[in-house]
Amino acid sequence: MSDFLLVDLSRLQFALTALYHFLFVPLTLGLSILIAMMETVYVMTRRTVWRDMTKFWGVLFGINFALGVATGITMEFQFGMNWAYYSHYVGDVFGAPLAIEGLMAFFLEATFVGLFFFGWDRLSPRAHMIVTWLMALGTNFSALWILIANGWMQNPVGSAFNPDTMRMEVTDFMAVIFNPVAQAKFVHTVSAGYVCAATFVLGVSAWYLLRGRHVELAKRSFVIASAFGVASALSVIVLGDESGYALTDNQKMKLAAIEAMWETEPAPASFTVFGIPSQSDRQTHFAIHIPWVMGIIGTRSFDKQIAGIDELVAHAEARIRNGVVAYDALEKIKADRNDTAARAVFDASSKDLGYALLLKRYLPDPRLASEQQIKDAAWSTVPYVPLLFFGFRLMVACGFTLLALFAVSLWHTTRETGAPRWLFRAALVAMPLPWIAIEVGWFVAEFGRQPWIIDGVLPTFLATSELGVSDLLLTVAGFTLVYGVLAIIEVRLMLAAIRKGPEVAKVIDDLRPSADPAMQPAE
Amino acid sequence: MIEFLFDYETLRVMWWILLGVLLIGFAATDGFDMGVGALLTFVAKTDAERRVAINTIGPVWEGNQVWFILGGGAIFAAWPALYAVSFSGFYLAMFLVLLALIMRPVGFKYRSKRPDPAWRTRWDWALFVGGAVPALIFGVAVGNTLQGVPFHFTPDLRPVYEGSLFGLLNPLALYCGLVSLAMLVTHGAAWLTFKAEGSVAERARVVGTRSAIITAVLFAGGGVLVWLGLLGGYRVTSPIVWDGPSNPLVKTVVADGGAWLGNFHAHPLLWIVPGLGVAAPLLAAAGFQARLEGWTFIASKLGVVTIIATVGLAMFPILLPSSSNPGHSLAVFDASSSRATLRNMLIATVIFMPLILAYTAWVYRVLWGKVGEKSIEKAGSSAY
Repeated sequence: MSDFLLVDLSRLQFALTALYHFLFVPLTLGLSILIAMMETVYVMTRRTVWRDMTKFWGVLFGINFALGVATGITMEFQFGMNWAYYSHYVGDVFGAPLAIEGLMAFFLEATFVGLFFFGWDRLSPRAHMIVTWLMALGTNFSALWILIANGWMQNPVGSAFNPDTMRMEVTDFMAVIFNPVAQAKFVHTVSAGYVCAATFVLGVSAWYLLRGRHVELAKRSFVIASAFGVASALSVIVLGDESGYALTDNQKMKLAAIEAMWETEPAPASFTVFGIPSQSDRQTHFAIHIPWVMGIIGTRSFDKQIAGIDELVAHAEARIRNGVVAYDALEKIKADRNDTAARAVFDASSKDLGYALLLKRYLPDPRLASEQQIKDAAWSTVPYVPLLFFGFRLMVACGFTLLALFAVSLWHTTRETGAPRWLFRAALVAMPLPWIAIEVGWFVAEFGRQPWIIDGVLPTFLATSELGVSDLLLTVAGFTLVYGVLAIIEVRLMLAAIRKGPEVAKVIDDLRPSADPAMQPAE
Repeated sequence: MIEFLFDYETLRVMWWILLGVLLIGFAATDGFDMGVGALLTFVAKTDAERRVAINTIGPVWEGNQVWFILGGGAIFAAWPALYAVSFSGFYLAMFLVLLALIMRPVGFKYRSKRPDPAWRTRWDWALFVGGAVPALIFGVAVGNTLQGVPFHFTPDLRPVYEGSLFGLLNPLALYCGLVSLAMLVTHGAAWLTFKAEGSVAERARVVGTRSAIITAVLFAGGGVLVWLGLLGGYRVTSPIVWDGPSNPLVKTVVADGGAWLGNFHAHPLLWIVPGLGVAAPLLAAAGFQARLEGWTFIASKLGVVTIIATVGLAMFPILLPSSSNPGHSLAVFDASSSRATLRNMLIATVIFMPLILAYTAWVYRVLWGKVGEKSIEKAGSSAY
């Protein structure tokens, strides 16, 4: 049933298209808000430099937005194309946030983005500002609903398996919406988008300031980006989505893997700053620990334990055994829909059904599994620790570096002397950091979810469509090629637009006719 | 009183109607964007003309496309089995559609960023592909849906598709693709005569007249194919349990060449819909000739609505018939989401759809008026 090459290719394609899509999304999330803030200042002060800023960053926003939209189309349809069993199995729960995302967010964002670009001469400044805010609101709402969908994959609340329809069905939609994992992820992801946009604006402004071009525009952008950056970076770090890691077995496993905590420690657990985790030895070599820190971060307490990998594997083994009971009852229900005894057994054990499905990696009928296969399946719930361990640390390092950069920038902008050139260079060099942190962050969240596609409910290897390997090879190659070409085009256009710089406002419009000479292109 | 709205059978029928509304919304709005894309290189020769054509849809195509995205999301949420079977079954066709649609956002946005004519011509063809290919393939998909698609479910309800891409591209399905292409080209031409100035509108008028007549003839021909039993036909033979669990393995369905006409025979008033599907494009053709631009666009839109509605009415209550295992066909009464999800989604739709329609109408009003070479020059770099 499960061709593992097909599964791997399906995962590869999803990872490629999702990570690529998310190169553009965070900048859209943050830049839309920054632009709306700039335009608000324009409407309040009527100083045209702020309108020029809005328009200039708007041009870069547009170049980025186009690819975000283009690659987003793929995402909406890929579940059905490549993950047909998943779509059937969880569409009742997972589909609704996606549809509501369209109703509440995409229409808002897409309808007003056109007016943002085409409405400058047709709307009053105030009306245009409202349009810009609605567009920004739309982009941020879309993050909310997609993260409610994603949060449910990590923590599938408010739902139960229905043996009559052979799928998960919603039992409490409010629980799905207010899923704490989803809410934590939303704040974390949106803040990360703000950090991304702040870094982008800071870096591009720094480049102008280093060259003495568009100084008035760049100076103001630098200030607003550093202030926005400090707030967002603090939000990303303080409201990191770690708070959700104590909730489910899989989230606990993810946390244990990130920390390479092979065994449960007495509370409060120590934090491993560095080490070389080894999956085969099931231990971390050369580990440097800081006592207590992990326990405090992970549980927000001094006395609660954080479960280690060994403990979680033992727990998984128990759930697999109970899951086999559920599987057996389900087979009886399938044979005789009126078997009430089997239904009673199923109702009591159905929350572990997904664990029995883990055994399908080794044999078609989980009920016939050997002891060794059950033990192997229990260990298969451990994701590959070294990648999570290092990935997480890379993300955190990027986050703290950016916080420091924003803080130093903000401090310097408040001083009379202005910011030193080395800071501009640092801002320029730091530009890739948010993208690295964000992509690695998604990798940690989703690779750390393995072997599950829905935590505890459905293993990833069962979730694909029944496609041929050749179909996947064709589409992986096709997406890579098209996306690759588009990436090159996008970066070139972006660089050209930055090099060209803002269109300077016509003097007639300016409330200060003696426009700063620095506003003129220096070259 | 309001409780009956939330009966499972009512919810299912309402979501069947809403599925139609979304698909029609997509075809009636983004349809003219695709039509303009398909016409771009033919009705606009110079760069200035092409910019006129592109800028007529520049500010609105993105919002229009959300009907498609929302359609995908709503099928996922309300008809998960349909979403799973159709998109995985039509895998390579969907892949082509996605590649074509990806060309549009970047094509619109990037084309005018550089003055280089070769650059712009490349994007013109990308926009052509982004308009014509989906318009054709969506029709092909409808053709396959009418004929039935070879798939079955395992006892775990895992969908298994048994056909190939080339099976999808059979002559009858391609015929349906031509209906769709002609219909959307007409719609795009109607939009251009309504919205563009000068030679673009003039050429669109000529092309639109022809494609409108072709649409009417092809659609009527499709009716003949259905009548001859060549375009499928499936009938549910077991008793329908409207509020039963969504499990498509417990009914029986037979292939029956005349079945797609059954609903029309049972309810003769329904003949109005396919009747308008023929008449409306002909009215549009007359409108093109009489230079009644607004009326032409409305007639063309009516054609889009009734042609798509005809398909839905012919097939009800079947959504996607299986040609290899007819009993596994997906139907309104056994392929939906749970009652709770249909209800939640209906509430969300009732709240948001009026808002969407209101602000979309406002945006169109703000953008009211013709687009010509002068207005583009005036808009400067904010135009496409």
